[in-house]
Amino acid sequence: MLKITCPWCGPRIEIEFKCGGEAHIARPENPDALSDEEWADFLFMRANTKGWHRERWNHVHGCRQWFNAMRSTVTHEFAGTYKIGEKPSLEELKNWEPIE
Amino acid sequence: MTQPFRIKTGGRIHRDRPIGFSFNGKDYQGYEGDTLASALLANGVHLVARSFKYHRPRGIMTAGAEEPNAMVQLDTGNRTEPNLKATQVELFDGLTATSVNCWPSINFDVQAVNGMFHKLFPAGFYYKTMMSSPNLWHKFYEPMIRKAAGWGKAPPGPDPDFYDQMHVYCDVLVVGAGPAGLAAARAAASSGARVIIADEQSEFGGCLLSLKRQINGKKALTWVNEQVAALKAEPEVTTLHRTTIFGYYDQNYLVAIERRRDHLGLPSTPAKPKQRIWHIRAEQVVLATGSHERPLVFADNDRPGTMLAEAVKSYVNRFGVLSGSRAVLFTNNDRAYEAALDFHNAGGKVEAVVDIRPAPTGKLVDLIKECGIPLQTGQAIVATHGKKRVTGVDIMPFDGTNVTGARTSIPCDLLMTSGGWSPVVHLHSQAQGKLRYVDEKACFIPDHCPQDAVSVGGANGDFSIAKCLTTGIEAGMQAANLAGFGAGLDMSEADTDEATVDYPTPCWLVPGEKEIGHGSAKHFVDFQNDSTAADIKLASREGFRSVEHMKRYTLTGFGTDQGKTGNINGLAILAQTNKKTIPETGTTTFRPPYTSVTFGALAGRELGDFSDPVRRTPMHDWHCEQEAVFEDVGQWKRPRYFPKAGEDMLQAVNRECLAVRNGVGVLDATTLGKIDVRGKDAAEFLNRVYTNAWINLPVGSCRYGLMCGEDGMVYDDGVTARLGEHHFHMTTTTGGAATVYERLEDYLQTEWPDLDVWLTSVTEQWATISVAGPKARLVMEKLNPHHDWSNDAFPFMTFQDVALASCQARIFRISFTGELSFEINVPSRYGRAVWDAVMAAGEAYGITPYGTETMHVLRAEKGFIIVGQDTDATQTPLDLGMDWIVSKKKKDFVGKRSFSRLDTTKKDRKQLVGLLTENPHDVLDEGAQIIADETAPKPISMLGHVTSSYWSEALGHSIALAVVKGGPQRIGENLTAWSLGKSHKVKVVAPIFYDKESARRDG
Repeated sequence: MLKITCPWCGPRIEIEFKCGGEAHIARPENPDALSDEEWADFLFMRANTKGWHRERWNHVHGCRQWFNAMRSTVTHEFAGTYKIGEKPSLEELKNWEPIE
Repeated sequence: MTQPFRIKTGGRIHRDRPIGFSFNGKDYQGYEGDTLASALLANGVHLVARSFKYHRPRGIMTAGAEEPNAMVQLDTGNRTEPNLKATQVELFDGLTATSVNCWPSINFDVQAVNGMFHKLFPAGFYYKTMMSSPNLWHKFYEPMIRKAAGWGKAPPGPDPDFYDQMHVYCDVLVVGAGPAGLAAARAAASSGARVIIADEQSEFGGCLLSLKRQINGKKALTWVNEQVAALKAEPEVTTLHRTTIFGYYDQNYLVAIERRRDHLGLPSTPAKPKQRIWHIRAEQVVLATGSHERPLVFADNDRPGTMLAEAVKSYVNRFGVLSGSRAVLFTNNDRAYEAALDFHNAGGKVEAVVDIRPAPTGKLVDLIKECGIPLQTGQAIVATHGKKRVTGVDIMPFDGTNVTGARTSIPCDLLMTSGGWSPVVHLHSQAQGKLRYVDEKACFIPDHCPQDAVSVGGANGDFSIAKCLTTGIEAGMQAANLAGFGAGLDMSEADTDEATVDYPTPCWLVPGEKEIGHGSAKHFVDFQNDSTAADIKLASREGFRSVEHMKRYTLTGFGTDQGKTGNINGLAILAQTNKKTIPETGTTTFRPPYTSVTFGALAGRELGDFSDPVRRTPMHDWHCEQEAVFEDVGQWKRPRYFPKAGEDMLQAVNRECLAVRNGVGVLDATTLGKIDVRGKDAAEFLNRVYTNAWINLPVGSCRYGLMCGEDGMVYDDGVTARLGEHHFHMTTTTGGAATVYERLEDYLQTEWPDLDVWLTSVTEQWATISVAGPKARLVMEKLNPHHDWSNDAFPFMTFQDVALASCQARIFRISFTGELSFEINVPSRYGRAVWDAVMAAGEAYGITPYGTETMHVLRAEKGFIIVGQDTDATQTPLDLGMDWIVSKKKKDFVGKRSFSRLDTTKKDRKQLVGLLTENPHDVLDEGAQIIADETAPKPISMLGHVTSSYWSEALGHSIALAVVKGGPQRIGENLTAWSLGKSHKVKVVAPIFYDKESARRDG
């Protein structure tokens, strides 16, 4: 049972959240301009990261906001979470003040 | 005479409170404070179990959670509990226990013949002897093994007891209340931190309960009592007795089971649950879980009466029981000498201390000599005697590698062994902590832990009480500091009266005169699974050289004890066999639970009605009054059909179908998902998430919409109405409501945050009543005679706000049956009143309530799909023949790009068609496979499957929808539908069966 810090609500337990997979995969502006391979890459291909991984979470049984997190896929440690539109570095995340 | 092995005085049992209990049908007496094991030993009962594979007689070996042998089944009937360890079962009046894994009785076990044919049962014998014929496996071997294998028996019926769960937070969680744990908890609590201290035993004190020791000049137990009293006086401290922390999960989430009523033997009540699961989130964790003694591995080291030295000491000091009359101690360390001394001082006779070390020294060695106990150094046990109880041992001189010289026999009825100590690192390992092997201590100790946890005391390889106390205080203080608390009590360094002892000299496998595996002697490593040293050597020879492979091949470390006594010996023997070091060999992974947990406790109160939330519509009670048959749709309870007296489902559904087709029916459609969509970009948003166009939909109109995923596959459908320029009322499928809402929010928040759109789920705010059939308009006219319900004034695919008697309603002219329909939406609190009004208004027209089954038949007759039934996330709109709803003009919408992928344009995609059976009365199974020619050689390739299939009373024949490869091109073809051994000839037709011109929808 992970402890996840929603950037809007603070630390909550995992059952309040839904994981949305790898983060920072933007929907292409103009899908028609993409080749089949490029479109398939957007649709299906995801990184299978060992180590720090940026992923999407939804506080679905809370404020219902989507946000991003940086989590180690090895230890499940969270470096931190951040709001949509932000992309702090690992060091910046680790130095952020905790949300209480 | 009862309890012949009870010592006259001493121990923590209550001699004034005798307790009667029964074991294997025989009555015995013990005292309050006993465990089942200590009471049995007090009565001289050693033979308590039969081993798993060879059914060898086994006795009580330990005094705690690490017990591999003494498994019992408690109680009878539905309260029975299998596979409890007798060493952990607290005695209560009327306790009834039986041995597991023996038949017909513990004294005479038929399967003990397995032991005589042990050569036939080597490691991996399942794979070697029984894989020759699959037929034999199914008919003979598997049933035979299932009967022979396994331990206790499951209860025959539901558990009548009550269980519950707690969720708590604390600053410092201390696991274990021995010297280190108590010191840590006390130190942490004194800083003001919220502390939870949990211990699996009935009372705090850990190893101090079983030791004769002084702390700071007082009895150790006085020190324990002081600490416990001080902890209980702290308002922020929670003390949990009989509580095992069995799982350590991410971010310091630990789960414990508290046995609240088990020791009383009384039934539980909702207010007094039998057991309780604690879900604990701790800021800091101190693991003070102690250590387990390891047995030595020597020839026939499993005869009843063979016990760990520490356990014998515990039975003497804590329970006042002598585990035998004449004892031999076999050891590789002098810490174990204490057991022989305590046994001797309590009145037992110690025949010999056999130490493999050539010249042990130290205070305890001197004491043994002072007591006149024969000390055999540089000797090893090479054989044991006795069947159901050990009767003697043979020893030979041992040079550290081999045994040579003369054999000496020593008679005994108790054989104590000690091979050193293994820190209980299970929780540390579960927390993904690493282990480090310390040669000097001959054990693995905790290394780096990625979580906020620290191991202290025996769990950290510090086996002296003094070290436990000092490191415990330090760890408790530090944990409190890390959790944000300042300095606490200045606890002075503890002073104890311990003798300095040497660490064990490892001797992982005591050799015999014959090579291991030759001859009949067995050297048991894992007692519960009957894994022997020879099995491990065989595994290595056969290539299972990795510790993980060896574990699975020999079963070392499986079972209810999870190898607490056997694991380290097993991997050390594997290391020796592979000619590697122990660190190179490594350990297997410790996984939760640490000890067994009952399913009842894990389920807690989430049983029956509480296992999942139930959603009911405002008209639910009415449906119940009509004795509707319900079905679960997601969490909703929906009436499936409304049977009249004597009707079965088919008869009821046929009647309901005809009522809708020829008169008027009414459906509770409240469960449809409803989403309120507002904002000045609402139309643009719908344009992006639906496949069709929405910008120009006039206010007051409705439109059917199909939603796809980015992969182009149909995801959900429903009718959405434009309430205003910037305001829409969207409906979704019943089951898809939550996920559609989440997906739309996802797009708004992450992809198109620039859009001014706001979504609100209003599913439960509206009750929906669908009135359908040629007489529907008559019913509506009766509901409000002043409103113009004509087709011209209220055309199809529009909605109007209409005043009804009790409230204002929003009424949609939409149809899922093909008939003239009015879908009445009212605020939920008016749902029942309006439903009653509709029933009253429709009475004259024979209005018939219908359920989901009838709805399914009616929509299938019209060829309307149900997303999730006729689709399975592999159908594009084109596959469903719904290209008419896919905009060719819109530049982009979710799913559009995927319609031109190679895969979605393939010609042999499974596509929606109708099927008619050759015999019109045959109704196909949903899920039946479609094949071209059933006489073709097998395997026959599948063309598709039936998705919906019903009897159509209106048409007088069965109908079916199916997805078939290249379906539309096959219309007119004859195929075969196969299901569960039956096949039917079917003809492929267009997926619409009734009112193909849609002439009926306007009434």
